Amino acid sequence: MSVLVTPGSDGRFGEFGGRFVPETLVPACQELEAAFNDAWADPSFRKDLDDVLREYAGRPSIITECHNLSEQLGIRLILKREDLNHTGSHKINNVLGQTLLAKRMGKKRIVAETGAGQHGVASATAAALFGLECKVYMGAVDVARQELNVFRMRLLGSDVEAVTSGSQTLKDAVNEAMRDWVATVESTHYCLGSVMGPHPYPFMVRQFHRVIGTEAFEQCNDLLGTNPDVVVACVGGGSNAMGIFSGFVDTPARLIGVEPAGGAAVGRGQPGVVHGMKSYLMQDEYGQVQEAHSISAGLDYPGVGPEHSYLSSIGRAEYPTVTDDEVIEAFQLMARSEGIIPALECAHAMAWIAREAHTMQGKTVLMNLSGRGDKDVGQMMNVLGGLK
Amino acid sequence: MTETLESTLRARIDAGGKCLVPYITGGYPGWVDSLRACAANGADAIEIGLPFSDPVMDGPVIQASSQVSLDGGATPISILHEVRTLDVGVPLIVMCYYNTVFHAGHERFAHDLVAAGVSAAIIPDLPLEESADWCAAADAAGIETVMLAAPTAPDERLPRVVARARGMVYSVGLLGVTGERDSLSSTATALAARVKKVTTKPVLVGVGVSNPEQAVEASKVADGVIMGAAVVRRMMEGGSEAVGSFIREVRTALDA
Repeated sequence: MSVLVTPGSDGRFGEFGGRFVPETLVPACQELEAAFNDAWADPSFRKDLDDVLREYAGRPSIITECHNLSEQLGIRLILKREDLNHTGSHKINNVLGQTLLAKRMGKKRIVAETGAGQHGVASATAAALFGLECKVYMGAVDVARQELNVFRMRLLGSDVEAVTSGSQTLKDAVNEAMRDWVATVESTHYCLGSVMGPHPYPFMVRQFHRVIGTEAFEQCNDLLGTNPDVVVACVGGGSNAMGIFSGFVDTPARLIGVEPAGGAAVGRGQPGVVHGMKSYLMQDEYGQVQEAHSISAGLDYPGVGPEHSYLSSIGRAEYPTVTDDEVIEAFQLMARSEGIIPALECAHAMAWIAREAHTMQGKTVLMNLSGRGDKDVGQMMNVLGGLK
Repeated sequence: MTETLESTLRARIDAGGKCLVPYITGGYPGWVDSLRACAANGADAIEIGLPFSDPVMDGPVIQASSQVSLDGGATPISILHEVRTLDVGVPLIVMCYYNTVFHAGHERFAHDLVAAGVSAAIIPDLPLEESADWCAAADAAGIETVMLAAPTAPDERLPRVVARARGMVYSVGLLGVTGERDSLSSTATALAARVKKVTTKPVLVGVGVSNPEQAVEASKVADGVIMGAAVVRRMMEGGSEAVGSFIREVRTALDA
């Protein structure tokens, strides 16, 4: 039996998950659950999705063996190249699935939240492709540090609103997207960008990203003749990690989800309820949600998808943290050693690998390179100053 | 408080009147004075909001008041501690998001409400399907859990929602978050009528009820109204005097 859970109507992964939303949204979540289950079981929907993933997003994504880093670190390092997808990250897998589903449900408009802007850009892209109206909520702090992605979304015809409430980052963008959805639920689909939120989102988004793990499993088998020893991905909400973990959860591989030290929901949080789900959550002694602090906008989130909480609780996956300084080092390490500029989010995974390589000598390590670093170059130029 | 929320509202309804339940953000500077002004000017019961970091059902006014309250150091415990000493003579309802309850623990939170003299609770992000554990603790402690009925609910769902409601049914006045609107949504009276068909419990319209005219309009179908942002905005702009005169104005309109 697979470790992967197919949640029932209560949306639970063990004790985690559920559907903690305002009454107004309950029927919409139920409708979405039924529509997804129906579509997922429908060969014509699956064919449409496979076609658009292949012909538009560029799947399958390749794997790349990092010969230089492997030699430096004493491991065999393989990257799953989600950075090469159209729009530059894994986010497009989920967005194409959800927008196809939204159209099938007769919705005319989508709303999305975004942190680093990757999910926002993917949503704006899919909305342009499928002729849907799109509004993206983004924390004002993130708007400032990811201005290029803001312009991209507007160029693609989407409306971007800077959210000025709370910490003005990803969690507040989720709040605002949910408030929009409460008011517009009849015409609008909420295109949630990670394996989080109320049921069916954590399950549905994981299913849309399973393609990452399914491909990587076969590709590793072709290259290695076996499975990797360790599978590593960064975790904010946790969608790219669930995507690649899903391919290896039933193998003996260690599964490592790397969180930022300033946003370690699994590592330092306690069970809590926010954004429609029960999961590990950074909170104070009264249950107020704490602000995450990370150099990477995409991981600046105090919660985590409920399936990660579950995998942690049963001991199947580990969730270590890395510091911003380690991430900055890893960002440069990958650029100089392999000629690949990773997204700051993925530099978290690289940072853990670089730090722990001495404990994994001779092992094969598969890392999900979930996005490319173009969006972060401006920010890193400020952090690093002019490089000589 | 020996009177329950339901018995208090029912007394008003049985006397041919309409119920008025204002909302006050707990911990906001001067909130206790505003709460007393509500009680003194004709509120049948009063909702006290426990501020939460991520209030997804609330619009800009209540969000802003919550933030001020949190920035001032208010906590659920500090607010309930003040509530304990109030003795305003009308039932008090705590409105809070579920993580506040979950984090404290169901039994402990229910006990804290009882100790503070609170009659009822509204938890807007705890829908029927997730409510069993809290409701069991609340029922055991004697706290009435108000359920929300939403305009999106299909006919088959409403009877199940109202069956679980205690104290009153909160009939959500529109698709959207709390806040003032220029006119009462037609959804408000339509839903109130649907809810009234399936329950004998008091049915009050809340969310988007902004002024005395809208309160009267909603109460033509419903048993009364809950007013949040319109009250909180006055508290923020004019303090307890502005709150008191507004509540008096609405009370007068409802009694006319």
